[in-house]
Amino acid sequence: MNDNSDEDIEPQAPLMLPLSEWHRQRGGRMVEFAGYMMPVQYEGIIAEHLWTREHAGLFDVSHMGQLIVSGDGAAQALEAVLPGDISALKPGRVRYSLLLNEEGGIIDDLMVTNVSSDDEASYYLVVNGATKWDDIGHLREHLPDEFTLNHLEDRALLALQGPAAHSALDRVFPGVADQLVFMRGTGFEWEGVMVGVGRSGYTGEDGFEIGVPASHAERLADALVALPEVKPVGLGARDSLRLEAGLPLYGHDLTEQNDPVSADLAFAISKRRRAEGGFLGADAVLPLLEKGTPRKRVGLLLDGKMAAREGAPVLSGQDNVGTVTSGGYSPSLERPIAMAYVDSALAEEGTALCVEMRGRELSATVTPMPFVPHRYHR
Amino acid sequence: MSRYFTKDHEWIDVDGDTGTVGITDYAQHQLGDITFVELPEAGKGVKKGDAVSVVDSVKAASDVYTPVTGEVSESNAALEDQPELVNTDAEAEGWLFKVKLTETGELDALMDREAYDNYVGTL
Repeated sequence: MNDNSDEDIEPQAPLMLPLSEWHRQRGGRMVEFAGYMMPVQYEGIIAEHLWTREHAGLFDVSHMGQLIVSGDGAAQALEAVLPGDISALKPGRVRYSLLLNEEGGIIDDLMVTNVSSDDEASYYLVVNGATKWDDIGHLREHLPDEFTLNHLEDRALLALQGPAAHSALDRVFPGVADQLVFMRGTGFEWEGVMVGVGRSGYTGEDGFEIGVPASHAERLADALVALPEVKPVGLGARDSLRLEAGLPLYGHDLTEQNDPVSADLAFAISKRRRAEGGFLGADAVLPLLEKGTPRKRVGLLLDGKMAAREGAPVLSGQDNVGTVTSGGYSPSLERPIAMAYVDSALAEEGTALCVEMRGRELSATVTPMPFVPHRYHR
Repeated sequence: MSRYFTKDHEWIDVDGDTGTVGITDYAQHQLGDITFVELPEAGKGVKKGDAVSVVDSVKAASDVYTPVTGEVSESNAALEDQPELVNTDAEAEGWLFKVKLTETGELDALMDREAYDNYVGTL
C-alpha cells in the first residue's frame, strides 16, 4: 500500500489568478489555460474580436511570467541568452526577443523592457505562461549568480488594446499614454502602488500592457471596464486577433523544433549580434541567416469557408510540403486564415498550395502577414 | 412528432419515416460562434454514429454524428450563407440535415427531453 498513490495520479488543480473571480462574475466562460482558470470568452469570440478592432478590449494576461533581471552588467548577461542588442536598449525601450537553446531551437519568445534606474541596471521580461517555469530554470542556469532574477508572482498583467485604448488609458492614468509611443514603457505610482505600462500588445492594434500589484488588479480592471469604450475580452479573441496580426503563438507556431530564421523572426537577431555572435544557439542559427532554411513560416489565405487547423498537412500537387501551425476563421476578413511552415521554395507570396482537412483539399495562397494591417502608434 | 436526443448533443425530430437532425442549444453554446457547417449530400447512405457533418466554430471543428441509419434526404441550405442560425436557433431553424430512417428501432436507445436535460445537468 502506498499512501501517496492518490496524490500521484491526481491532476493538479488549475490555479486562480488575481482576476479569475472577477471574470466569472462578469460572465466570462472559464477554462483551464497554462495551468490557470482564465476566460475563453464573454459574449462571443467574434463580437469581442470586432469590438477590439473598433474600440478597446481589456485582456487579462496575468498567467504570463513577469521577471526582473537586475545587477551591474545585466544587459551583457542577458545577451548571453538572447540574440537581441540589449546593451543598446535605452531605458524605457521595449524589444521583442527569443530564448534559444544550444541547437538554435526556440525555447520561448518574450518582451524585454529596460527598467534601469540611475543606481541599477534592471530589465523587465514578460514570458509565456506555459513556459515560464522552464524559462526561469533556464535563466537561472545561464545567468551568473551575481545577477538577481525576481519572479513578480504577486503582480497581474492587463492588456488594453484597440483604437480607443489611448483615450481609455488617459482617463485612468492621465498623461501616461501621451508619454509613450509603440514599444516604449514607463513606470509610475497609482493609488499608492507602482504600475508599469508599455505601449505594446498582441493584437496588431495600438494598445498598452499594464503591470499592477495583484492587490490592485480588480480596482484597475473595474476602472477600465467602467469606460463605455472598454469591454473585457477572452482568450478566444486574443488568439484570433494575434493570428490576423501575423504574430506567432509559442507552443504552436514556435517550438524548440523551430529556429528563428525558419520562424521568420530573424529581425529579433540584432545586427551587432549577427556580427559578434556570443549568444546561446548562435553557432547553429547564424549560418542559417546566410544559407537559409528548408522551411519557412508563412501566412495562408484559404478559399472557401472551412478553416484549416493546427497539424493539417500542406500540399503542393501530391507532395507534402508543410504543416499548418495555427488556423481559424478571421472575423475581420470573414474567411479562414492560417500560419504554416512550408518548403522555402514555396514560401513566395502568391504561391498556390492546398491544405488537407478532413479528407478535403482546401485551396490556399501564400500571403504576406499581417493579414490585417498593424495600427501601432509609432 | 417526437424529439429524441443523443449523448453527443444531437437532436432528431421524427415525422413518419423522416428524421430532422440538429445540434442542441447546449452544444451550440459550448461551441461558440459557428462560422461554417459542412453538410452531407442528399442521397448519401449513412449509418448510426457516422460523422456526417462538421460544425466549424472560431476555435475548433466538431463532428456531428447521425443518430440513425438511413439515407440523407435533404440538408439545410440556409446554413450556407447563415451558419450562425445554428447559434441563434439550434433546435429549430438551425437544423442540419434530414434522414429517411431505415431502422426505426434505433430510436429506442435515444433520450427524451427530460433524460437529456438530466444528462446535461451531470456535465
